Formats: sequence, structure tokens, C-alpha cells
Amino acid sequence: MVYLDHAATTPMLPEVVEVIATAMGRLGNPSSLHTSGRQARRLVEESREVLAEVLGARPSEVIFTSGGTEADNLAVKGIYLARRAADPRRRKVLISAVEHHAVLDSARWLAEHEHAELVLLPVDGYGRVLPETLAAAIAEDPAAVAVVSIMWANNEVGTIQPIERLVELAHEHGIPFHTDAVQAAGVLPVSFIGSGVDAMTVTGHKLGGAYGTGALLLGRGVECVPVLHGGGQEREVRSGTLDTPGVLGLATAVQLAASRRAELTGELLRLRTLLVDGIRDAVPDAMLNGDPVHRLAGNAHLSFPGCEGDSLLMLLDAKGIECSTGSACSAGVAQPSHVLLAMGADEARARGSLRLTLGHTSTEADVQAVVEAIGPVVERARRAGLAAGLDSGSTAGLASATELASQPIWDRP
Amino acid sequence: MKVLAAMSGGVDSAVAAARAVDAGWDVTGVHLALSRTPAALRAGSRGCCSREDANDARRSADVLGIPFYVWDFAERFHAEVIEDFVAEYAAGHTPNPCLRCNEKIKFSALLDRALALGFDAVVTGHHARLVDGVLSRSVDAAKDQSYVLAVLTPQQLRHAAFPIGDSTKEQVRTEAARRGLAVANKPDSHDICFIADGDTQGFLARQLGERPGDIVDADGTVVGSHAGTFGFTVGQRRGLNLSRPTPSGEPRYVLAIQPKTNTVVVGSAAQLEVDLVRASRPVWIAARPAGEFRCEVQLRAHGLTSEAVVQAGVDGLTAVLTEPQRGVAAGQALVMYDGDRVLGSATISSAERTRAVVR
Repeated sequence: MVYLDHAATTPMLPEVVEVIATAMGRLGNPSSLHTSGRQARRLVEESREVLAEVLGARPSEVIFTSGGTEADNLAVKGIYLARRAADPRRRKVLISAVEHHAVLDSARWLAEHEHAELVLLPVDGYGRVLPETLAAAIAEDPAAVAVVSIMWANNEVGTIQPIERLVELAHEHGIPFHTDAVQAAGVLPVSFIGSGVDAMTVTGHKLGGAYGTGALLLGRGVECVPVLHGGGQEREVRSGTLDTPGVLGLATAVQLAASRRAELTGELLRLRTLLVDGIRDAVPDAMLNGDPVHRLAGNAHLSFPGCEGDSLLMLLDAKGIECSTGSACSAGVAQPSHVLLAMGADEARARGSLRLTLGHTSTEADVQAVVEAIGPVVERARRAGLAAGLDSGSTAGLASATELASQPIWDRP
Repeated sequence: MKVLAAMSGGVDSAVAAARAVDAGWDVTGVHLALSRTPAALRAGSRGCCSREDANDARRSADVLGIPFYVWDFAERFHAEVIEDFVAEYAAGHTPNPCLRCNEKIKFSALLDRALALGFDAVVTGHHARLVDGVLSRSVDAAKDQSYVLAVLTPQQLRHAAFPIGDSTKEQVRTEAARRGLAVANKPDSHDICFIADGDTQGFLARQLGERPGDIVDADGTVVGSHAGTFGFTVGQRRGLNLSRPTPSGEPRYVLAIQPKTNTVVVGSAAQLEVDLVRASRPVWIAARPAGEFRCEVQLRAHGLTSEAVVQAGVDGLTAVLTEPQRGVAAGQALVMYDGDRVLGSATISSAERTRAVVR
């Protein structure tokens, strides 16, 4: 199998599996006061310190969650509600048009249920939020902005945002800034304090940790209303019994990813160059989407004119090559990507795209397999695309009529 | 052989896919997403268009060990089936959207794409058989779906397979249970898949708006009013809400729908009887027959069959019915049979009572 979907999830590191498996054999609720509780608590707090150190934050700024989606929900909803409570004029939620659905749909929910005014910041053809775009959106009425949320790097096309400059613009008006760093944390030198962001989302399974583990880094002075209510385990902002094995796995994965980052990045860039060049040699009209320079090292996102992404995915899957057409929806239907549409692509280009993402287990043989397969696959998908055209005849793909063996009976009495 | 199994999430298509696997074919399952806004859970007696149905299809594919994908045909379905459905009702006809879906989606859009992608055929769970390549009735007369497939051309049928046509519905369910398919006891679907609440009149009223007009009897006397002719089909008895009963008290039926004058004509059961049916857009399983021939015709999806003498022309045909029939509606298909074998089909354009009744 050739796995080129590391942005969806990347294989867990063997060290992480071991740490988690061992911890699963141990008893203890980190909130319990007895010995086994204290032992579990110690592991959680050590993990918190590791995570904080690697991501450039203070331990008290780490709030463990069930993953990226929960952290995004908590940041966008929680900061909005706290800011509005402090000043009812603050109703604007400024997010980029290319956010992950965890941010996008949280903001939409606020607009529908909490009187928020959702402002989608347009992006350029590479998917970047230009600083002047954010500046202009804030300048309309700085006192009305509750929160800004712009992802560190895009999950589909891999474009990296000018995050530090954007943070400065928000902070000129005292506006808190959240960033979804789910895709960035494993491959970029992400620093919470260094970047100046007020809240930052990370998740385990994109960088070698376990599914269902993540964290929101939340500045000490940032007010945030809880989304989950209960025991208040995490700084009274997040409730739920802490997942000691998952937390340990997350810290281990983040630490290992950081220690291997420089080496891995170089390798990913080398492989991606081979991949993109090889695909373009085989399919000269393939188009690279996203920023050609400021992009995640493992990300190659291409459009193949005349093809349906669905067809490409199925044909590659049949050859043992696994990749993605973009964001998968819950019904399994590939909708045209809102990211590509926001970047100005037409619906056909958006539908005819593939996301190939390399990661820590990728090899040159993986790349070769794709480069060898892609030409015939695109050719075949193109024929299907022609057959599917609404203007073509109803049996465009059918072979010419063949007489059937049966004898007509028209002349019977 | 490499085949694409269209899997709705129901028991028939799951068993059809299973039999294709047993036949040694290389099977890939595909669920067609036909709704622009699929509901999370199934509602009422619809059987295909929710995410729950897509998941049922996926679980069947898992059990069979075949690859499975969901393909989005919502736009195509809307353009080819739903818009046609609304336009046909607006024109005073009674369309059959399942037939149209087979003609335009499953054995056109899907089949074309399948062939281009390297598949040899599309497999479905229709209750029908291909006997020596000729479309034929299912052995389960009550479940037979050859009527809604008869519009397919021989070229389309060459690339179709209906693996469950030689079994009854009961046998299909038993087999599904034996195979461990969770959909074995899933209820049959009855309603039109794109009308979630089963309220066709309400759906049409939303699409077309209310257009009030008169209900008249055969001599033109106004006997009631309606909110839109699209709410009616020929042979309909219920839902007329007539203000004037007939002197004899006998029930009245819809005889005709006249969209140009926005009028619905009603009359007695006897007046409903027709013996001459005209139909257009004929599809023949082989060359167009010359001269007259005698066969059985079916005029509705369920029932309404009669012996007939058919005269075929270049772009239409007429059928003289041996036994007069009630409820023959323009827009429905006229399907011709020789025993179980389909000879051809056409779309009913008009029907009338003539003197040439053969009793």
C-alpha cells in the first residue's frame, strides 16, 4: 500500500504506541487524591510540561482536549462568549474563508445562535489572508470585533499564513487571536509565545500521536467560557476525566516530531519535488494549488482538468495508492472544496483535484508508484469526465448497438 | 468481469452485489448520493437518500469485502429527474420518476461513467431478469420492476445485470439474513425518494405555486375547485372535495387534466374506461416491428395490464386494448410483453374510448 494521506492522519509512532499501551495498563484518575491518582496526575503534568516546552508555552497554558475539533470549538465559541459578555458590542467573528470546518462551523453556529456577525476574510489565489485584508476588516469597527481565528497552515492546499503579522494587527486593537495549528505543529517550528497568538489548537493524530487527543493552548489572561461543563478539570475551562495514556502519547509525539523536524522537513521537500515534477511530466496540464513556496513540506495539491476527483481517487485506490480529494464529508460525498472555491477556482477545478500528503513513513518508492500510475489514471478519469458531461448524449459511453440473439415476435398472430 | 454494483442501502441491491461477488466478478460498490441536502436519518418509507441509507450500503459492502464509494449525482438527478417530474405534472401528465432515474441516471450517467472507468457493467437490485439478453419479468410478480426498466435500450441492457430477478422478495430477505447483511429486515421503500414527507401534492405546490381552477364534469358543469391541476392524476378518486355530489351518488374520478384551461374533468368509473392508447418515444428491444401485432400491455407500474393489438409507427404507436382499462394517464409508460419478455415501451400521450371495443 502507498499511503499518501498523512494530512488526514499519519501513522502513530512506535514509541507512542508503546507509551500508551503501558499507560493503559496502569490504574488512576488524575483527579483522585490517593497514590494511584497522584501517579496518574504526575504523568499528566509531566506531559503538560513537555508539550508546553516544545510548543513554546507555559504549562498552565495547556488545556488537554479530545482533539482538534474540540479545541477549535472551545476557542472560537468560548472566547467569543467571554468577549461579548464583557462588552455587548463585540459581535464580529473574523475568520479566513479557508478555515477547517471545526472553526468555520463553530463561527456559523455563533452567528445562528449567539447573534454573532460572521466575517469571512477573503484569500488570494494561493489561499493566503493578506495582512491588509485583516486590517481593513478590523478597521471597519475595531470595538465590534470579538475574536479573530486564522489557521497557521491550511489542511487542504498546505498554504502557510503570515501568522505573526496577522496577530500584530489584531493586537493593535486588543483583539484576541486564535489559530488552528493542527497541520502546522508537526512540521513547522510553531511557538505559542513567539507567535503572540492567544489561543492555538493542536492535535495528536496528525503528528504521530493517538486519535482523540489534542490540546488548546490558551494564554493565561485570555477569558474563555467553557463549552463542556462538569468537573472543571482543565483550568475550569474544560471538563472531563483526563485521558492519561492519550496525554502521554500526545506529549511523546510532539517531542519526537520536534526533535526530528529538521531532518524530516528536508526529506519531505525532496520527495515532494520528485512527486510534483513527476506528476507534471506525466500530466503536463496538472496545476499545483496553493502557495508554491510558503506551504507545508509534505503537501502536494493538484487539479487535473477534465477529471472528477472521485474517479481519480477510486482508480488510484484500486492500484493501492491512497490519497484524498480534499475534505471528506460525513456522508462520504466529495463536495467541491470551499478552500479552492475561496481561492478563486471554478467548480470543475475544485472537483478535479487530489491532495497527496507525504509524512514520516513516506519513501521514494511511494512517489515512484504515483508517478507511474498517474498518467493512465488521469486519462481514464478524463474519459469518464467526458461521459459524465451533461451535454453529452445519454449513452455516450456505450459501445455501438449490437443485435441481440433473440428473435422478434412481431408477426405472430 | 469488472462490475459496479449500485447500492441504495436496501436489501435487494445488497443481495445483488453479493451474488455478483459469488459469480466471481470483480465488484465495486457505489452509493449514489442523489439529494443535495441528505438527512442524517431515514424517515418514513423512503429507502435510499439519507446518510443512514448510505451507511447501510457501506456496511453491506464491508460484509461482502468489496471496495465502496459514494458518488455525488445530486445535480444530475435534480436536472434529469426532479425537474422532469415537476415539468411533467405541470403539463398535466403523471410521470414515473423511478423509470426516469433508471433511464437517465443509473443506466446513463452512472453506466457511462462506469464504462469509461473500465467497468463492464452496472449491477442493480431490480426485480427483473435478463433472459438471453432480453428484459423479462421477475419471478416475483408482485415485485416485478421490468416496467420501470423497459425504457432501456438494448445497448444499455447489454451492460446491465439484475442478479435477483429469479428470486422472490422473501428469498432475497432470507438470503440476506443468511449472509449476515444487516439490511435483511429493512422495510421496503414505497414513496418517491426525493419527497421526504410523502406529500407529493405539497411538494408540487411548493415547486409550482398554487394555481386555483375549476373541477368540471364531462358536460362542463363546475362541480368543485382545485389549487392546481398538478395535484391530480387520471383515475384518482380521493381528495377531490367536490361540492356537488352526483344525482345517483356514485363516486367520481379524474377523467382528464387540462393545464391549458387549468381544468380538471371528473366523471363516473364507466367514463374512465379507455380502449385506445397512443404513445410516443418508443424503445424497441430489436428492430421496429412492421404492421400490427398482438401482445400484453402494462399501463402503470403496478397492474393495469391488458391484451392489445399494437400498431407501431416511426415515432409512436397505438394500442387497441382488448379489455378497456381505467386510470390510463399520459406520462406513464406503456410496456409491451410477450409472456414475461419485454418487447418494448413508449410514453403514453393520450387515451380515449372508441367504438372499436373488442369485448
